[in-house]
Amino acid sequence: MTREKVQALVAGCIRTAAVAGLLSTAVSGASAEALRIGLSADPTSLDPHYHNLTPNNQVVAHIFEALVDSTPDVALQPGLAESFKAIDDTTWEFKLRKGVKFHDGSDFDANDVVFSLCRVTANKVVNSPSPFTTYTQGIADVKVVDRHTVHIKTAGTVAFLPRNLLTVVMISDGLIGGEKVDYAQGKCEIKAPWPSTEDFNSGKNAIGTGPYKYAEFVKSDHILFNRYDGYWGKKPEWTSVRLRPITGAAPRMAALLSGDVDMIENPPTQDIPRIKSSGKYHVVSDVTVRLVHVGMDTRNNGKVPQGVSGTDGKNPFTDVRVRQAMSLAINRQAISERIMGGMSKPAGQFLDTRFFGSQRGLEAPKADPDRARKLLAEAGYPKGFTVMLTGPNNRYVNDAQIVEAIKGMWERVGIKTEVQTLAASTFFSKVNKGEYGVYLSGWGPRTAETSSPLRAIVGTVGKAKGWGVANPGEYSNAEVDSLIDKASATVDDEKRWAMLGQASKIAMDEYAVLPVHYELTPWALRNDLDYKPRADQMTFGFEVTRAKAAK
Amino acid sequence: MLVYALRRAIPALITMLAMVVIVFIGTHVMGNPVDVLGAPDLSQEERAAMASRMGLDRPLLAQFGHFVANAAQGDLGSSFVHGTPALSLIAKRLPATLELAVCAILLALVLGIPLGLLAGLRPDSAAGKLIMSGSILGFSLPTFWIGMMFILLFSVTLGWFPAGGRGATQSLLGLDVSFLSIDGLRRLALPALTLALYKLALVIRLAQSGTREVVRQDYIRNARAKGLTETRVVFVHVLKNIAIPIVTVLGLEFGSLIAFSVVTETVFSWPGMGKLLIDSIMRSDRPVIVAYMLVTVVMFITINLAVDIVYSLLDPRVRLKAAGA
Repeated sequence: MTREKVQALVAGCIRTAAVAGLLSTAVSGASAEALRIGLSADPTSLDPHYHNLTPNNQVVAHIFEALVDSTPDVALQPGLAESFKAIDDTTWEFKLRKGVKFHDGSDFDANDVVFSLCRVTANKVVNSPSPFTTYTQGIADVKVVDRHTVHIKTAGTVAFLPRNLLTVVMISDGLIGGEKVDYAQGKCEIKAPWPSTEDFNSGKNAIGTGPYKYAEFVKSDHILFNRYDGYWGKKPEWTSVRLRPITGAAPRMAALLSGDVDMIENPPTQDIPRIKSSGKYHVVSDVTVRLVHVGMDTRNNGKVPQGVSGTDGKNPFTDVRVRQAMSLAINRQAISERIMGGMSKPAGQFLDTRFFGSQRGLEAPKADPDRARKLLAEAGYPKGFTVMLTGPNNRYVNDAQIVEAIKGMWERVGIKTEVQTLAASTFFSKVNKGEYGVYLSGWGPRTAETSSPLRAIVGTVGKAKGWGVANPGEYSNAEVDSLIDKASATVDDEKRWAMLGQASKIAMDEYAVLPVHYELTPWALRNDLDYKPRADQMTFGFEVTRAKAAK
Repeated sequence: MLVYALRRAIPALITMLAMVVIVFIGTHVMGNPVDVLGAPDLSQEERAAMASRMGLDRPLLAQFGHFVANAAQGDLGSSFVHGTPALSLIAKRLPATLELAVCAILLALVLGIPLGLLAGLRPDSAAGKLIMSGSILGFSLPTFWIGMMFILLFSVTLGWFPAGGRGATQSLLGLDVSFLSIDGLRRLALPALTLALYKLALVIRLAQSGTREVVRQDYIRNARAKGLTETRVVFVHVLKNIAIPIVTVLGLEFGSLIAFSVVTETVFSWPGMGKLLIDSIMRSDRPVIVAYMLVTVVMFITINLAVDIVYSLLDPRVRLKAAGA
């Protein structure tokens, strides 16, 4: 280290205190046109096809857009495709919006669509920690009809295709020099090298059609976007958006209260009353697609599930009366009020009734400990039994406290409950291997429709269909399975909704899992700002508006 | 000197190997990265594909052998999360942490030595007592609490400093630094101070006890009897003699500042190495965790060596003997 550098450093450290005090008044509050948001999770990349998780998807959505867009309630609306419809059982026609330009000025057309879909389906994203192939499953071929019309052929009927495509965003064929791409049933061979994730992170490839352009990305520190003036859609309010991942809840709150950011995701539930009473900030929240539920090992394989005792070597969870008793013992209202501070809605099925495929009128069961005790006695456990309830402690809002609360509620009806909470990284590896008898878990489908939780949580486990990925207890019901299958092949929205609702009802009547609540996602923001809470839990700077009337 | 360095290299290699084994087993027990990184709705097939791409489908011993073979060629593997080499990820985060650590150590030295000297020379004065009892606070308050209190006081209540994050960086001698801009300095101030507090208390204690001991020595009495000015006595004779323990302790503390300022970096959302470590643990990013630990061990070994060399410069009686490892 040179002497000058040492001097500069020393001077720097000493000067800081003095200078900062003087300047603070001048710098407080950002310019009116810039929006600064504190995020609760750290996006890992700006490559929109690299890591399929909400923290990444919400950030890249500022730059890139998909063919299909969604409202805050996750109802579909046209995106880069101005219309889409099924023209026969295995073909979806997408009419592309005309006059859309990428940030580099090039036109958006059918070849960009083929190229983008190719990059995802052929999985040409090196080292992707979580591929987007989930959303392109069932695509057999992509045909360019004309410059602004694309036909997507599917293997069998894929009624959910438009919803799946919500999360598959379009990149520019300029990245491969405008080369014409032939989908060729998924072979997708091109001459140019596939664009690299590095180049997206550095901004070189971060060229989309979205409302904001890449300006700066410093991993784990901030992402800066500038408004794209050539945007085809509604012009966002802010000339720039700065997203700052502040993963600690307390530091994030502090950043808001000190005026460092204008808005934060997920303020801690216990601080919400304080924010509301501050007079400077307000909280917006609404029901999301995130379900928190209790699952049980329902395998009838002659083994006693892990942590269960006092059942004479039987698996109590194979008896529907026991499952019902465990459900009736849970006071969902109390959990919502006392633990979640109102930031949850008691759940009676996989998705709240406002979302696609839910069963209308299927509400959360009321707690009934007396009935629960009777059911346990009927099932042959008048003295109850012992279980071990395991859950994550850093995945869902207040998850460890929920586990504790359920323990208390079960013990009141005679089920002795031990509790174990683990870091999510450990918990999910083990729960997926079926190592827990009873566990707390959750599900939040990006597509906001019921077929996703049905397939994952109660669909019969099997590699062929890829179902049951969150069904370690191996619940299985042929009727549910066939309804899911039928729904997936039914293009008519009304009919599909009804089938999924029915499947939900069957699973719920059998207490396949015990829904606890739907999380409400809160955002805290300055009084002069407004945000329509998004059910998919995403934070979009371009949807933040100025509050209409002073609050 | 060369023999001396070589002698030290062998135990160092053994330490590194032991570390790798421990961390490898530890991360293996922690959980399957596929379950943490992958979207929950990935099918079993996609999960299997991910696992095999990450090399997780092979037995632990094979994974370990593969890692050691690559590590011997300087390749510590690529991050599961970021897809880039783990070493370059760490290297990218190093300047931020270094900046914080250097600032904290300098603050601790610049404030701590005069205060400690003062307290040591005048142990019974009010100032001396105040300094010493104040230093106890520095020891006993947990860093995260101090950090939060600083934020509450200086950011939320007074609004003097931003609550976290790093300022814009400039390139200086190839390093990305943020202390060259006013905004950068303002963002640096609170985390540096938070980190410095414990070290400051440490320096004060070391300087004070050292001073009390040294002033009683014959050579100090001699110096005074010789008629040297008090300034010369204190700043040359006393200071030089109390420097050795301070250098030793701070050397090691500097290492821990760089490697494990996890808490402070998290509280202040400082994009440094500590935050990288905690994020990597949360995401089961095994290659980064292993690489991080290796880098840490190498760093500590280097610092230890540096401390020994500085030692010999400060005190001519200490010689770097070949057998002195």
